[in-house]
Amino acid sequence: MAMSDPVISVRNLYFTYADETEALHNINLDVLPNQVFVLFGPSRAGKSTLLRLFNRLSDLTDGTQRQGTVAIDGRDVFEAGVDVSALRRRVSMVFAIPTPLPGSIYDNLVYGPRLAGVRDKVELERRVERSLRQAALWDEVKDRLDASAFALSGGQKQRLCIARSLALEPEVILLDNPTSGLDPISTATVEESLFELKDRYTIVMVPHSVQQAARVADQAAFLLDGELVEVGDAERMFVHPQDKRTEDYITGRFG
Amino acid sequence: MAVAKERVGASPPPEQQSQVKWGERIIETVIKMGGISSIVIIALIFLFLLREGLPAFLDIPLRQLFGPTWYPIEEMFGMLPLLAGSLIVTVGAVAIALPLGLTTAIYLGEIAPPSLREILKPIIEVLAGIPSIVLGFLGWIALAPLIQNLGAPTGLTAFTGSLILAYMSLPTIISIAEDALYAVPKEYRDGALAIGATQWQAIWRVVLPAARPGLVIAVMLGIGRAIGETMAVMMVTGNAANIPSFQTGFFFVPVRTMTATIAAEMGEVAQGSLHYSTLFAIGIVLFVISFAINSLAGRLVGVDGVRRSRGGML
Amino acid sequence: MSRQQAHRLAVVVLTVVAAIVVIPIILVILYVVWKGLPALSWAFLTEAPRNGMKEGGIMPALLGTILLTFGTAIVSFPLSIATAIYLAEYAGDNRLTRWIRMAIVNLAGIPSIVYGLFGLGMFVLFLGFGTSILAGSLTLGIMTMPVVISTAEEAILAVPQQFRTVSLSLGATRWQTIRYQVLPHALPGIITGIILGLGRAAGETAPILFTVAAFYLPELPRSIFDQTMALPYHLYVISTQVPGMPLEIQYGTALVLLLIVLSFTLVATLVRTQMRRRREW
Repeated sequence: MAMSDPVISVRNLYFTYADETEALHNINLDVLPNQVFVLFGPSRAGKSTLLRLFNRLSDLTDGTQRQGTVAIDGRDVFEAGVDVSALRRRVSMVFAIPTPLPGSIYDNLVYGPRLAGVRDKVELERRVERSLRQAALWDEVKDRLDASAFALSGGQKQRLCIARSLALEPEVILLDNPTSGLDPISTATVEESLFELKDRYTIVMVPHSVQQAARVADQAAFLLDGELVEVGDAERMFVHPQDKRTEDYITGRFG
Repeated sequence: MAVAKERVGASPPPEQQSQVKWGERIIETVIKMGGISSIVIIALIFLFLLREGLPAFLDIPLRQLFGPTWYPIEEMFGMLPLLAGSLIVTVGAVAIALPLGLTTAIYLGEIAPPSLREILKPIIEVLAGIPSIVLGFLGWIALAPLIQNLGAPTGLTAFTGSLILAYMSLPTIISIAEDALYAVPKEYRDGALAIGATQWQAIWRVVLPAARPGLVIAVMLGIGRAIGETMAVMMVTGNAANIPSFQTGFFFVPVRTMTATIAAEMGEVAQGSLHYSTLFAIGIVLFVISFAINSLAGRLVGVDGVRRSRGGML
Repeated sequence: MSRQQAHRLAVVVLTVVAAIVVIPIILVILYVVWKGLPALSWAFLTEAPRNGMKEGGIMPALLGTILLTFGTAIVSFPLSIATAIYLAEYAGDNRLTRWIRMAIVNLAGIPSIVYGLFGLGMFVLFLGFGTSILAGSLTLGIMTMPVVISTAEEAILAVPQQFRTVSLSLGATRWQTIRYQVLPHALPGIITGIILGLGRAAGETAPILFTVAAFYLPELPRSIFDQTMALPYHLYVISTQVPGMPLEIQYGTALVLLLIVLSFTLVATLVRTQMRRRREW
């Protein structure tokens, strides 16, 4: 396999919150295109913190300190003059708790594209349909796009949130434990859609469990207390972890 | 494709990026300027009070300005009777309102059945909405004759003003007292009940002391509000600028407050005269009193605490 | 006296005191309605006072109060909302923010008569607006700011934080997020605040004494630089300054003022409950 350039490239990244807790310590990793990259580890390992740095949602927290670089397609996202809105359209986040915005299903899907300057009604409708199909929600909601997004079930809401990210036509999708509140069937539906999505997008995901990590990951990184313990090919890591701590975690000895 | 009708509100219209950045910068600047407007306004208020009132402080010796005789026609501008008037009416109002308000709060919180409480609370809230001029009007036309019939030489007295003011401040005091009582942990009362106290003793011995800090702030703010009340007080206190003494009947004599003096006399003074700037000087005293009370309350319980104490209405 | 007796006595005392508080309120309202209702008629609301105000209606005062209420809204609305947005969405935890909050608490505590003095000094005299609707509206508008600011800020803060995060994550800027995901949902609360503030302004007398109110002015104002009569001041004038005033007119005026102010409170409460019911989250 020919090595392609990484989409996300993290170098010497340190991150500290306002209360002086160091959330990330010297992180280095590369995310390759069209793969599912999984960040796993026990709670408070720094997974969500790292994810939120990729599209600068970390900016929303006051009093933090950061060192090092996060490059998307070779350009550091923290460089002066970076258009943060444009960055967040290219690197789009789906949150743990499904959070539709008040309004209809259609409103939710066109919100981002409209802010991005898409005026054409035909183009908006194309994006609505395409993103709903990709998130495997189209058949369930195509007849009630103007119904309130809050009327959907939990699993449908989360797929709507994924579709809402896809409607932005991003390069990278960040999924922060997207199945945490979902039942097993909805979880399976969401996981299946990931396999189709990686043809077009690069996916970085914080999984719900080690099992889920093993099911969906191409590449994986194990984080522990803000440090990157091990990173590499997922299949290898889940079968032959190189670090003792990774092995302990995978086999369920802690966490 | 079955596409929704566009709904207004939740979805933005498309926007051109460059326009967005510029428009946004202007809007945010306006918002930030609006944000500091409160500071600017309070500074302006003080500045304009000073501008008009400073001559009084410069031209009248302080001993005279705070002296015992308010007789503007003879150029005697002693604020003491007015300060005394405001003080008596205010202290009287608090003395009436506090026990009434506290007791009502305890009644509402501990004794009244929920259905009755749902009826009583809105009625008390309505009281807060009645304009002071309407209460003043009723005090003047109905309450004062009533008090006179009880044997006083006149119905327009400090007591009448206190009574009206007390009712005006009751909604606030009741709501603060309810909050304060509600904030006392239930274990306190249950603990007291367990060792054999009756409900009433539990409230009296345990709940009230625990609620005291909130009540202190309530009284402070109540005083601030009462000192500033104008129309109702002006109509029912008789407007006599005397320092009441025990010989003359103290509480049951006409008095004149600072606020009433400004309201009654400003219309008749020549602009720029000494009398005119003395009225502004009274305004400065009122401003300083209110500023001191509110800043102190803010220090003690924080700005949010003050806000809550005013029942969220500020 | 046994413990049980003491308890029973306490309950009786508490109930009596609560009655002392509540019954006068009901009496006051009923009394004004009972005494004022006979005066109410279409003519009373639409005619100017005649014969030294001893006959005729209250139309100029009623109209003046309506005009002043509009003026108050125009002054108070933009400044208050800007402040509320700033405090809720932009202000950091720093000294400036604390000063702003302190200023608002102090503004809320300043006596209304002092606002009147300020309006006289700044708007009537210094800026040369004269005794006018403009000067009165500015004074009342500033006076109502604290109420509107704090209600509006509360409404803005009540919008769930995740709507902001989601909006920002979809590429919205800060202002776009406020504009499309915060303000629409905070609107009911903001409107409630404005109505409460206006209700207060409509009933106030002291701030308009020297800034706008006319003792007796049967003709209607032509511009914002004219004086106007206003209901609260009119009530003061006819009850204390005009000897031999028919009681019916006094009570009628008090009733109209009371109804206006209380209807503001009622509308504010209705808006709040109605909008809460419609909320989706």
